[in-house]
Amino acid sequence: MPRLNINGIELEVEPGTTVLEAARFLGIPIPTLCHDDGLTPYGACRLCLVEAGPPPRSKLQSACTLVVDDRLVVKTHSARVERARQLLLELYVATCPQSKTIQDLASRYGLRRVRLEPEFEDCIQCGKCVRMCREQMMAGAIGFAYRGPRRKVMSPFRPQSDLCRQCGACLYICPVVELDPAMCFLDPGVACELAGPLRQDLVCPSEKPKQSPK
Amino acid sequence: MPKLQSVEELEALRTACRERRDPQRPCLTLCAGSGCTASGAHDVLRALRRAVERQGLQEAVEVKSTGCHGFCAKGPVMIVWPEGIFYNRVTPPDAADIVASISNGRRPVERLLYRDPVTGERVLREDEVPFYRRQRRILFANNGRIDPKQIEDYLRVGGYTALRRVLAALTPEQVVEGVKRSGLRGRGGAGFPTGVKWEVIRQQKATPKYIICNADEGDPGAFMDRSLLEGNPHSVLEGMMIGAYALGVGKGFIYVRAEYPLAVQHLRVAIAQAEEYGLLGDNILGSGLSFRVRLVQGAGAFVCGEETALIASVEGRVGEPQPRPPFPAEKGLWGKPTVINNVKTWASVPVIVNRGADWYTSIGTERSKGTMVFSLVGKINNTGLVEVPMGITLREMIYGIGGGIPNGNQLKAVQIGGPSGGCIPASLIDLPTDYEELTQAGSMMGSGGMVVMDETTCMVDVARYFMEFLEEESCGKCFPCRKGTQRLRQILTRISQGQGSEDDLQLLDDMSWMMRETSLCGLGQTAANPVLTTLRYFRDEYLAHVREKRCPAKVCRELITYSIEPTLCDGCHACVRVCTTDAILGEKKEAHTIDTGKCIKCGACLEVCQPQAVLVS
Amino acid sequence: MSETLNLDEFLRDWPERAENLIPVLQEIQAQFHYLPEPVLREAAQRLDVPLTEVFHVATFYNCFSLEPVGRHLVQICLGTACHVRGAPRVLDRLLRELNLGAPGTTRDYEFTVRTVRCVGCCGLAPVVRVNNTTHPHLTQTKVRSLLKKYGPEEKAPAAG
Repeated sequence: MPRLNINGIELEVEPGTTVLEAARFLGIPIPTLCHDDGLTPYGACRLCLVEAGPPPRSKLQSACTLVVDDRLVVKTHSARVERARQLLLELYVATCPQSKTIQDLASRYGLRRVRLEPEFEDCIQCGKCVRMCREQMMAGAIGFAYRGPRRKVMSPFRPQSDLCRQCGACLYICPVVELDPAMCFLDPGVACELAGPLRQDLVCPSEKPKQSPK
Repeated sequence: MPKLQSVEELEALRTACRERRDPQRPCLTLCAGSGCTASGAHDVLRALRRAVERQGLQEAVEVKSTGCHGFCAKGPVMIVWPEGIFYNRVTPPDAADIVASISNGRRPVERLLYRDPVTGERVLREDEVPFYRRQRRILFANNGRIDPKQIEDYLRVGGYTALRRVLAALTPEQVVEGVKRSGLRGRGGAGFPTGVKWEVIRQQKATPKYIICNADEGDPGAFMDRSLLEGNPHSVLEGMMIGAYALGVGKGFIYVRAEYPLAVQHLRVAIAQAEEYGLLGDNILGSGLSFRVRLVQGAGAFVCGEETALIASVEGRVGEPQPRPPFPAEKGLWGKPTVINNVKTWASVPVIVNRGADWYTSIGTERSKGTMVFSLVGKINNTGLVEVPMGITLREMIYGIGGGIPNGNQLKAVQIGGPSGGCIPASLIDLPTDYEELTQAGSMMGSGGMVVMDETTCMVDVARYFMEFLEEESCGKCFPCRKGTQRLRQILTRISQGQGSEDDLQLLDDMSWMMRETSLCGLGQTAANPVLTTLRYFRDEYLAHVREKRCPAKVCRELITYSIEPTLCDGCHACVRVCTTDAILGEKKEAHTIDTGKCIKCGACLEVCQPQAVLVS
Repeated sequence: MSETLNLDEFLRDWPERAENLIPVLQEIQAQFHYLPEPVLREAAQRLDVPLTEVFHVATFYNCFSLEPVGRHLVQICLGTACHVRGAPRVLDRLLRELNLGAPGTTRDYEFTVRTVRCVGCCGLAPVVRVNNTTHPHLTQTKVRSLLKKYGPEEKAPAAG
């Protein structure tokens, strides 16, 4: 049974256990955005980073994808981890200031200032909707498309997919948009756009909320 | 051609090939790599063949096209064997004279000989040309001698001797031990000790295991792998075969980027010929080793140079990297142990087997052994490919081999390692090129791209350029890279437009640190290197942009003005003809002026102005 | 150009497995110069790959295009060596000469301009590739004459 040392606590875990699972078991809080227990780990939001490995060669790695190797040493709240989290959250708030989830994370981790211009994106590409649609709802109507700055979630070729059963699971699981599931009959893109202006709480007071640039 | 069944048959074939060709018979080898082809090599080839025919010398003289000789600045280049006479800038009309000189007591055609820019003297042989003389060509030794589409040529120069040695006399463990002892480090960029990687694979229990040759070479400015694949594809195959033997692998893949059609073509021919001779397939040379190689073409994505993204691409998926661990050596292609090495790394293996690990360690520095192939490009006189021992200084590279900066300009910086690397300032010109030294200076060896910059290059613009590239090429999966590259590019653009502030510099620093620490893969982790190194070594240039709204190199368009010096202008009207916005006014024979309201600062007028009356301030 | 083509021709060399998606798309792209929607749908079915995956692959890689391209593909290299030797200005000039705001296809489908990152001819920067011919040492002033070489008055190259 692999042994994990997390923040100085020694723990034996079942093979295949991730650091995130072990941390949760011990009640150690690690923030996540793209993780959900019912979906395969994705490792894209980078919020769950922990410092893993022996210094000076330790690296920040995502806890949700890091499977415990025997004698793995992990720190969840080192100075490096905290600084990384702060800067990541600063970028998250600047990207998506209208999201309550992100605002809550920011205030929980003591983010004081955002030096970047706000962007009001509807989507942080955590991929939960895609994985939900494919893995839990077995529909596979939406997926990622394009690459880099043009990457987005969509259904192939046109907004409405004939594989979409309008179950609303994508809207339910989205950490950015909070909507009444009754709105699920709308195309995914439209629903997110409506949610934008509804969010009024801002950390950076310089800008009024405006329609997100498309 | 019946398959070779044993190492003895291989050697017999080699002897037969050597006997078939008289080494004294004149042979004209012309470089037909992508570079020289673009410079018209194929026309020269045709002209040479015609000239040979016309002078009735078909039996006496051989004309051969080879892979890249490396001296692209002087292309098309060719060598007359057996003397080794080196001709540069050959054009079709020269063909008759060249062929005639063969029968005329082999007197060389003077005007085509390389002229040393310092002494003014003409030089006869390739090894006398300063560009080549100071190189140590091990991997590229045969590029100028063989036709890459003829396996017999490769055999003649000793190809597949290493394979024979390995199959006949070494155990797999001994091969791995030898590679470890040689100190060979991955030439793809990271410089991980190859022998160690191989050992990890050997220890894996899962099967089947795979071998991949990473020929994606996405770094803009790098074309070493291309030249090696075009010019000596068998050397790479031989390395892979040896690896297959050492690691118990039955299937290998070569992942070549789509932008290299000639390399793909030559590889296909090489693989087919190797199969024909039984060097690939089942029971190679009767040794019991079975190994097959498949060519996979990239589809245009820089990120696919990253190991896990490359694997995803081979599996038919998008090139989105996976977090590591697990490393490909444990869980790679289809979840199986996979060894991925760069083209130059594979090509180094036969050399090490043939000449010994100890010989290899005698070249290079303490921790960086062997030779490195650099593509020396940018603001440099002798652009081309250069193979040198590890540890050679930048000064030697740029002035000794590169011939210095054109137009008498000053060296400003050298960008090494592509978009993941960094800019080394001229003040560090005596830095030895070795993995650790470069990393300490903030750069990276990378795959060996070396772009030389002079005072007409703006370092803020360079940082912005790289960030633009990385933003486009980012796979977009993880947040810090996708958004980080975008934001950094935006900030750098603002600075280049004179709208930046000193706070922006701190922001650049912080965001760069974040990207390095939190990105999922190497692309994101090293994306900020160009920014970090330019901030470190050229901070004054950034400050000029943000404090004085001035671009010292006169590159950033928002910060410069074009004007015409009336005392120098002769009214020739050349500029008016090329200006697409009608921004230049003036009658013929009278001094012209530029309407700065309409001027878009494209620089076309600067290009054509003979009296150099166009000023940029 | 028929869009209701039979995929059998392209699948002849490739077993119908998910891992062969990219080579199959590459052959289709080479033949038609783009990837028509019905073809992608059929490929998804025949290779047993979810359509969302196929669509992601088709939009992820630079070599693939969902839109038809012009008769002449003009690829300008924006690699580091070319950049340092003035490639962005050549690109600007190219776009202006063809009345394009950004890299794309001209309205008459004569030219498609694309940026590439490094064709590996860095010693000859700046480099522009038109169809299969590489043109070295491009400068702004040479752009117009280069385009004229491929103008509609010239004899058209073999289609496809």
